[in-house]
Amino acid sequence: MYAFEYLRAESLADAAKQLASKPDAKLLAGGHTLLPTMKLRLASPGALVDLGRVAELKGIDKSGNALVIGAMTTHAEAADSAVVKSSIPGLATLAGGIGDPHVRHRGTIGGSVANNDPSADYPAALMALDATIATNRREIKADAFFKGLFATALQDGEIITRISFPVPTKFAYAKFPNPASRYALVGVAVAQTAGAARVAVTGAGNNGVFRHAAMEAALGKAWSAAALNGIAADAKDMVSDIHGDAAYRAHLVGVMARRAVAAT
Amino acid sequence: MSLGSKSQSDTAAAQGGPGLVSVAMTVNSKAVSADVDPRTLLVQFLREHLRLTGTHVGCDTSQCGACVVHLDGRAVKSCTTLAASCEGSKVTTIEGLAQGGQLHPMQEAFREHHGLQCGFCTPGMIMAAVDIANRKGPNLDETTIRHELEGNLCRCTGYHNIVAAVKAGAAAMGGARQAAE
Repeated sequence: MYAFEYLRAESLADAAKQLASKPDAKLLAGGHTLLPTMKLRLASPGALVDLGRVAELKGIDKSGNALVIGAMTTHAEAADSAVVKSSIPGLATLAGGIGDPHVRHRGTIGGSVANNDPSADYPAALMALDATIATNRREIKADAFFKGLFATALQDGEIITRISFPVPTKFAYAKFPNPASRYALVGVAVAQTAGAARVAVTGAGNNGVFRHAAMEAALGKAWSAAALNGIAADAKDMVSDIHGDAAYRAHLVGVMARRAVAAT
Repeated sequence: MSLGSKSQSDTAAAQGGPGLVSVAMTVNSKAVSADVDPRTLLVQFLREHLRLTGTHVGCDTSQCGACVVHLDGRAVKSCTTLAASCEGSKVTTIEGLAQGGQLHPMQEAFREHHGLQCGFCTPGMIMAAVDIANRKGPNLDETTIRHELEGNLCRCTGYHNIVAAVKAGAAAMGGARQAAE
């Protein structure tokens, strides 16, 4: 790890000020991607602004018909939350399946969303649930937020504060985890809202998380695993690597989508 | 506390690198504090500054769990946590489990069931196991234990006895808790 300056934010305003005060500062949330990346010297920020004690970024609430999760909420907190379990149980299951118990005690939803790892679980849930990402400056719909591999709509100095999920009628996420890393080799999130179905796929796409229009149309007509029979992902859009080639991933997209619907 | 040997933080300061950061925390019920290089990981702080070498570094990539300690009561990988982030926190390491010369029930269970071969992963396994019992209670089935141990690797592959030890240790912890009430 290269040397950096450590700054501890006490409030959201303080974090924004400290972030702006250094040209190459990065935010530190749970650190479970950033610190390993820094150890490998793939990232070398000049300063880290630690969000660990910013109370405004924590907490889980129900607000009207939306489940609102603070950016610094850990995966374990989301998985164990009675509010998450009662409003969107599939989201609690997703959070409880990220990494391993120790990772879930540190990793945060805000960190995961800001990093937009193409194999991360949360981005698929945000897309399928039509979530809104609130920052210290504005609100961004998930569809406009995720911009490809590790790329998001976040601007310099922008800090995610919370994620708001409209509560759906049905939601589930099914993933085929890489047995070593627990990242999704393929993960599919399916959501049913009044009159619409949304399907989002992580781990598979060449350009990161994506929605699957044909599956959404089929599930819009009939919400059943059988409705997805014969609908595949296009292998030319899929990642091909040592863990699985494009054809395998394309096949898994169909399998995981059917499993997700069957789980609702 | 005083730091004996020349530490990483001294070197960084001498080289005129970015400033040191003051950190104070409670480790195994003792208050400790130091000025450290911001890069100092919790595991380095424990091993190199406090000389608590029971916490191991296995993979150093947050996969293997040899470095698991409890941070404010929850199992975390100390190789992927900055010491500076632990300001004001309570940390428990494997050295903090035994009380008054008596092994913790989970340590005793690992001894009784021979839940180790080379022993390198054992501190992390035991800290993870205590965390599992704290969260899931005294009656653990094998499926739950194996699932919950996903973040801990035993390169000797001695999982069978580890699982048996965790099951017995969790039950003993429940018994000890009942006896205390």
